[in-house]
Amino acid sequence: MKSDHHVILRVITKTLIPVIVLYGLYVQFHGDFGPGGGFQAGVILAVGVILYALVFGVPSAMRAVPPAFTRSVAAIGVLLYAGVGFWALLQGGQYLEYQALFQEEPGGHHGQHVGIILIELGVLFGVSGAMLTIFYAFAGRVAEIRDEDW
Amino acid sequence: MLLFILERANYWAIIGLMMIGLYITFASGNLIKRLVGLSLFQTSICLFYVTLGIVAGGTAPILMDPDKPGGHGGGHGEDHAGEAHAALDATLTAAASGDRVADLANAYSNPLPHVLMLTAIVVGVATLSVGLALIVRIREAYGTIEADEVREIDMETAIAQEAEQAKAEKEALA
Amino acid sequence: MAMSEPDIGLALVNIVLLGLLFVVAIAIARLRSLFAIVMLSGIYSLVSAVWYVAVDAVDVGFTEAAVGAGMSTAVLLGAMLLTSRTAKPEKSLRQLGPLLVCIATGIMLIYATVDLPAVGDPNSPANTGVGLTYLRVAWYDTGIENVVTPVLGSYRGFDTLGETTVVFVAGIAVALLLGFGERSLAETIRNEDKNLSKNAPKSDAEDEESDS
Repeated sequence: MKSDHHVILRVITKTLIPVIVLYGLYVQFHGDFGPGGGFQAGVILAVGVILYALVFGVPSAMRAVPPAFTRSVAAIGVLLYAGVGFWALLQGGQYLEYQALFQEEPGGHHGQHVGIILIELGVLFGVSGAMLTIFYAFAGRVAEIRDEDW
Repeated sequence: MLLFILERANYWAIIGLMMIGLYITFASGNLIKRLVGLSLFQTSICLFYVTLGIVAGGTAPILMDPDKPGGHGGGHGEDHAGEAHAALDATLTAAASGDRVADLANAYSNPLPHVLMLTAIVVGVATLSVGLALIVRIREAYGTIEADEVREIDMETAIAQEAEQAKAEKEALA
Repeated sequence: MAMSEPDIGLALVNIVLLGLLFVVAIAIARLRSLFAIVMLSGIYSLVSAVWYVAVDAVDVGFTEAAVGAGMSTAVLLGAMLLTSRTAKPEKSLRQLGPLLVCIATGIMLIYATVDLPAVGDPNSPANTGVGLTYLRVAWYDTGIENVVTPVLGSYRGFDTLGETTVVFVAGIAVALLLGFGERSLAETIRNEDKNLSKNAPKSDAEDEESDS
């Protein structure tokens, strides 16, 4: 990976990755007003890291985003989603009933907004963590076939 | 007749794609190619669902101005709660009385298939990768990912095991 | 019930995009190079994403472009790297049975579509049911413009919780089948150390390495 003939690829990737991550966050938080949401944003964030791994090598990607971190993030995402449900239960509502989060009357939107943002965050964490775990599992396997066979 | 065909051509095209996916899954012995065929099949099912949700002259299910009274660009909160509550009641009673005439100013395509297929695509890639992980393990165990070769190796192993067992039994009897 | 005036533009877009999908699918069926097959499946996903946008399913198109073209291509390439590059040619006699089965199934399904409502019929059962109700009440219930988001998160929150759990479980399953991937990192570092003092063969190093 130290060879010089990938220099254009590396420079362009370095400028692209922040844009990809920023776009992922835009998709995440703009999901209420346009197309997008946690699933798409999670995959876009994961793809940003995968692009880094493809160009700079999996080990350096693993140094930046360790596999232990990705699988914890996936677990935290599912827990966050389930936790919103339990929060509603504790407030006296039904499971995942966002209306009950702040004990609003029907027609109040605060609970719905907070609930949906939280569960979308849970989806973002769950999907991006799971996708990166999957990618690392495949990329971390040592290939038996040599590159000359291509 | 032409109108009839034009109205259903989408279904037929999607069924054609579905059958190509099914054919790849059936006919190819290579396990990765099989999984690609399976994902073509799955994509065509998504296409079919979305086709069912098309509304002629409709637009994407993102509400436009006349259909979102009492707020704009995230205008919401306590000040609109009472007004929105009354509007909700009106809508719900209208829906409960069986009045199915759309009170929306614009036509939107059906959001329900979109939601179902959106999650199905993500779950599809997750299950696809589980299948691929199994194929990688098969390759490591058998040295091949062709279904017939795997079956042959299985057969040879079974025959060898049986012969060994028979031999052991014979030795035990003797 | 019928469309009063068939939308010629939409029909044209449909023909072009579905025709492209056909070409790509048939190419996938006939090719033997797995690399080409994987790349074509990415193209298939992209074209179908364009089709989704053309029929107003913007969220689905977005997901298909991100997941189908980005993620699943990466995963397929990773798996291909670990297995093989080409598929064995199929015996032509063995292809006949599947072909007949697929044609028969296709004809039966096409026969079934005669009863289906016309494409784009606003009065079809699918479009007058709960989907329309969501469109009518979503704004009052949640104050969110993109109806897909409240249906995904609020009305069908249980469904989405289940889907997220499935994705998580799939991630864990792949990690359990293939290892979490620290192996590669550990081995590279070990190889770098070895390279400093004359390089050694790096095969079969994976069996000694145990994940923690």
